Order: sequence, then structure tokens, then C-alpha cells
Amino acid sequence: MTILSLYVFVLAGFVGYQVITRVPTLLHTPLMSATNAISGISLVGSIVAAGARESTVATVLGTVAVTCATINVVGGFLITDRMLKMFHTREKPKAEERK
Amino acid sequence: MTTRELLIQATYLVASVLFILGLRSLTAPATARRGMQQAAVGMLLAIVGTLLHEQIVDFRFILLGLALGSAIGYPLGMFVPMTAMPQRIAISHMFGALAATLVGISEFYNAGNGGAVGHARMAALGFEVLFGALTVTGSFIAFGKLQELLPGRPLTFKGQNAANGVLFLVTVALFVWLVVEPATPWAFYLMAALAFAVGVSLVVPIGGADMPVVLSLLNSYAGLASSATGFAIGNNVLIIAGALDGASGFILSIAMSKAMNRSFGNVLFGAFGAPVESAKKLAEGLTVHAVTAEDAAIQLAYARKVIVVPGYGMAVAQAQHQVRELADLVEKNGGEVLYAIHPVAGRMPGHMNVLLAEADVPYDKLKDMEEVNHEFQNADVALVIGANDVVNPAAKHDKGSPIYGMPILAVQDAKSIIVMKRSMSPGFAGIENELFYDPKTSMLFGDAKASLARLVTEIKQQA
Repeated sequence: MTILSLYVFVLAGFVGYQVITRVPTLLHTPLMSATNAISGISLVGSIVAAGARESTVATVLGTVAVTCATINVVGGFLITDRMLKMFHTREKPKAEERK
Repeated sequence: MTTRELLIQATYLVASVLFILGLRSLTAPATARRGMQQAAVGMLLAIVGTLLHEQIVDFRFILLGLALGSAIGYPLGMFVPMTAMPQRIAISHMFGALAATLVGISEFYNAGNGGAVGHARMAALGFEVLFGALTVTGSFIAFGKLQELLPGRPLTFKGQNAANGVLFLVTVALFVWLVVEPATPWAFYLMAALAFAVGVSLVVPIGGADMPVVLSLLNSYAGLASSATGFAIGNNVLIIAGALDGASGFILSIAMSKAMNRSFGNVLFGAFGAPVESAKKLAEGLTVHAVTAEDAAIQLAYARKVIVVPGYGMAVAQAQHQVRELADLVEKNGGEVLYAIHPVAGRMPGHMNVLLAEADVPYDKLKDMEEVNHEFQNADVALVIGANDVVNPAAKHDKGSPIYGMPILAVQDAKSIIVMKRSMSPGFAGIENELFYDPKTSMLFGDAKASLARLVTEIKQQA
């Protein structure tokens, strides 16, 4: 199980390296806010901790963790989208206007 | 495997694929937005899949957390200005890492305070809590510095190196002890507490100008904490997403260090050494040539090619809209305008691109250092707005300079140079910039936003 997890980790890291080195500097801030949103995946662990009702301590910690991770997911994807909306090329009609 | 488990694993698999595709889409601005929306769908799937988990018997607290988190996350996504992006990212690294840390602690607690934890799982839990906790406080300090609640300069004291070394070693020793002997709750909670302290001690001595590296590194740590969570609870989607996050942060911090021509170690521990002897070149005997807005406007109005060099000064003055207005006027007069962006312009990787994009500057006009450096020799005017060290020619030839070797923008090659600056005070490296004394250079003193607005009015009057 652990060895298998290690496989997954190494391969995912490798894929990540290959993909991310191709991201142009232009998009480095969106990249960071995107990975920030994706790191909200800790929600998966948090949800189980908050809902399994194993102990009061776990429920409280889990609920706080769900809140924190959700902040990252919601805020992260929204702000990434807001940023990417702003990246555009010059609109054509505007260029004609100038002539 | 039951049908339920199969369904859960299937959503995780699809989510992982969508995350990778989403990051892949960021290789080009045209595909980026749709790809990120796919990644968001992937996240939604992963959440829905998790809710099917048979261990979950009570949904009230989950819903409470989701609702609270959305209520806090929404304004953090929609209303935070782009200039405040670095501190916003820092604070959300803190939230992400806190979630991982708390899950780690609750796992440990549930397993009989470590009694039912195997050695391998303890190693994963230990990593999770270590990386998580130091990222929480480290990000918080970074946030404080960026938000200017804390002084941006490196905070150091005598014996700091030794104190931090001991702190770090004790924390690691506790970790090793726990892997050997998982059923020692005191060691676990002490390790968590010390890891919080390590985070503080890591970031406090790092100055504001090195924040792009720190932010990227914290990004990486937050990802590694998520990955460790995945190891601890045997969940692949966590491992994959965490590894992607970890790789991205690592790549960005290397890129930022390179852009400053400094080793990783130097950025992280530079402030611990002897204070940098700032090679203050005497400015005596040299004169600067100040210019009025009228004269500068004439130069710009008739320029065929203008290269704008935006720096942090532009960002603080929030002058990006005035820059765009000025560029539009130059273009209307038949000139060409490009923007030369140094990799460490701003307080986080790629920050300047976002600020200019916000002001509606088309991204094909934003040029990387390598792309634009040979263009300077054809430029009639290089307009430097609040940038200092990234245009200092001393980086090329003055071996005594603290920024020697740092790749810089070749502004000095332009036919003429206009520098907008508040005063003659030096930049973060604490050195005089000989570019300002170049006969080709005119200094336009004042607040960047006001100066730019004056230039715009002047050019309009000439037309």
C-alpha cells in the first residue's frame, strides 16, 4: 500500500514537473492561485474527519479543516478565473478604429 | 471493492485527470480559463465522491464547514484587488496547510493517540503535521510582511542561526522518535508545537524583496503537506494533487532564485550571515538630469518605439491604468509600445503581468526579459516606472555590487531613458544606480500615478 502510494507520488510529481515547466512566466501568478485552489483537495481528508463522528476532538478539528480547505477551493478557483478573464489579445475592431 | 468504493475511486480518478488537464491548459492564455473551469469541476467531483464515503455518518458539521468556508472564500476570490494578490495567496497557503495539519492531528488522536499507528503511517502523519504546521506560521508571517503589518526588512538577532538550528534539530529528533515509537503523544504534540515555531523562524529573517521565492516555497510545502495526508489516509487523489502543487511551488522558487542570480540557500539563509556590505558608490561628482513632464511628453509623443519597464513602484502607486492610457496615446501617434517584464518585478511570480492585464494591456505586448532585451537598442524611449535594481547596469560589470550577476533588463541600450521615481533613494539592494546618472537618462520625480497622469494630459494637448 505504501509502496504503491510512493509510485503514485513520484509519477504525479514527474507529470507535474513536465506540465508546469511549460507554463509561461506570463501565467505564473494564475498558476500559483490555481495550485492553491487545488491544494484545497485536503477537503477530502477533512470531510471524513468532520463526518465520521469518531470523537468530539476529531469532529471539531475536522470541521475547522473543512472550513479552511473550502476557503482555498472557493476563493482560489474564483480568483484564478477572475485573473484569466483579464488576459486577452487586442480586440480586432479596436485596431481598425485606430487606422 | 463494493460499488460504493468503486464509485468513489472513479470520481477521484476523473478529478486527478481534470487537475492535470487544468494545469496543462495554463501553458497558453487562450486555453487557460476553460481548463481551470474543468479543474474546478474535478474538485466538485472529488467532494461529491468523498461525501459518499461510508465512514461518514453525520453531515451537519461538514455542511457547516462548507458553508462557512464558502462565505469566507467568496470575498477572498471576488473582491481582493490584484495588487494585494501576494498577501492573499500567502494567507490561503495558511488555510490549506492548517486543514492538512488539523486532519493529521485528528488522525493521530483517533488512533488511540498513536497507539494504533504503524511506523510507516506515523512517518506520513509526521510529515503531514511538520510541513503543515511550519507552512501555517510561515505563511502567516509572509502575509504580515506583505500586508506591512510586520516590517518588511529581514529581522535578525544575535545567535539566531544557532537558536534556529537547535529548534530544527529537536523537531526532527522528535519526528524520528515518533516513527520508532508512535505511541508517544507528548512527543507528537510537542513536535507539532515546535513545527509552528520553525515556520516563524524560517520566514522572519527573510526580507520583503525575497518574497517571491518564499511564497513559491510555501506553495510547495502546502502541497507536500497535502500529499503526506494522502499517504496517511491512503488516498491517491490527495497524493496526486499535493504532488502537483509541490512540483509547481518548487519550480517557481527555483525560477525566482535564478532570476535574482542567487542560490536557494542564499535567499533562505542569506540574512543569517553578516549584514551585506552595501557597496555604496559615491554619487559625488555625478549629476542627474531632471526633466519636466512637458519635455518628457514631447519625447514620448514622437517616439516610434517605447518600451515600458514597470516595477514595484508602479504597483504600489496602482498606476497601471495610467500606463495603459499613456501607451494608447503613443500608439495613436503611430508609435509601438512594448512592456519589458523582469521575472522578479512585483512581490510574487508573474505579478506584474496580472496587474497590466487588469489594466487591459493585451498580453502579447508583455515581453519576458529574454524576449525583449535585444529590442532595447531599437527603442526611442525606455520608460522606467518605479523599477530600480532590475535595471541597474552594475549587475553586469561591478563585481563588488551585491546584485552582481543578476540578469537585468538592458534599458541602458535604449536611445533615451525616462525614469519615474519618487526620489533618489536607492532600492532594496541599497546601492546607487548608475543608470540614473547616464547622460541619456532623464529623471521625472514624483508619484508614478500623478506623473503619468500629467504626461497623458501633456501629450493630449500636443495632439
